[in-house]
Amino acid sequence: MSRALRWWVLGAGLAGVGVVLLLAVLDLPSFGSAFHPYRDAAVPAAVQHGTANVVAAVTFDQRGLDTLIEETIFFGSVVAVAALLRPARDEHTRKEPGSRAPLEAARLFGYLLLPLTLVVGLDIVAHGHLTPGGGFQGGIMLATGLHLLYVAGRYRSLEQLRPLSVFEVGEAAGTAAFAVLGFAGLALAGSFLANALPYGTFGQLLSAGTVPLLNVAVGVAVGSGGVVLLAQFFRQVFLVGADEDAS
Amino acid sequence: MTALIGIALTLVLAGGVAVVFTDDPQHQAVTLSVYGLLMTVLFVLLAAPDVALSQVVVGTAIVPLMVMLTIRKTRGHR
Repeated sequence: MSRALRWWVLGAGLAGVGVVLLLAVLDLPSFGSAFHPYRDAAVPAAVQHGTANVVAAVTFDQRGLDTLIEETIFFGSVVAVAALLRPARDEHTRKEPGSRAPLEAARLFGYLLLPLTLVVGLDIVAHGHLTPGGGFQGGIMLATGLHLLYVAGRYRSLEQLRPLSVFEVGEAAGTAAFAVLGFAGLALAGSFLANALPYGTFGQLLSAGTVPLLNVAVGVAVGSGGVVLLAQFFRQVFLVGADEDAS
Repeated sequence: MTALIGIALTLVLAGGVAVVFTDDPQHQAVTLSVYGLLMTVLFVLLAAPDVALSQVVVGTAIVPLMVMLTIRKTRGHR
């Protein structure tokens, strides 16, 4: 294909996408209007199942299967990163990482924020069915927060306080727990991921049936998966070198 | 409120342009992080706190961190 022809194909494609996009945008309800058919369906359904955070009701109750698939995609991505970033045959793994001691200000920052981030992360997971947030947001926050250990100390201290095998098991167990809860719904209420538990009192910690359990499963899976994911990058930077580096 | 959303949208637009026109990938990790924060503000103003939380943890923390680590790794081998 010649260069000029390529430009023509690109131009035709862009024009086509542009026209379709424009038609779709012109057909949207106007910004900030009171016309919300999806809200009118989702909010009563959430309230009926005792879920105060309607977004959590949509992601874990009304459209739970979508979330299970997203969960599986996350799991697959972490496995793919681990496979791609494993030390290659012509690389060696160092025993002693070459990381320097951090600045005093960075240490203070890390020590102050580490407990705060972990508590906020746990809070976001535990209250996912009541307030904004949930397993994904809290899980990623926990995984990232743990790496403040690296900011506060050396790579070695992060490695010692982060037993990777535990997190590998956690990622698999969390993802599996989501599927098990799905089959439990199938057995108890006749449909996959059906909210089969008592709904409890609206707005209480023990409410919304399976939604808080699914949030904890996702929190464990995403938190552990995030740690495993970042561990691959950290290992590549601090422990893995090409063979010529060894001399 | 509409004015605030307009300002936030403009800042997101400017932030996106800034990320694209940052040449050095190492600096780009920083502008990307700032862009993530601007997106978070926009989501909060649009009454989507769940999305804002996802955005702040992914866009301003974990993605720039992965970019920084990757740059550090690849620079060491040149």
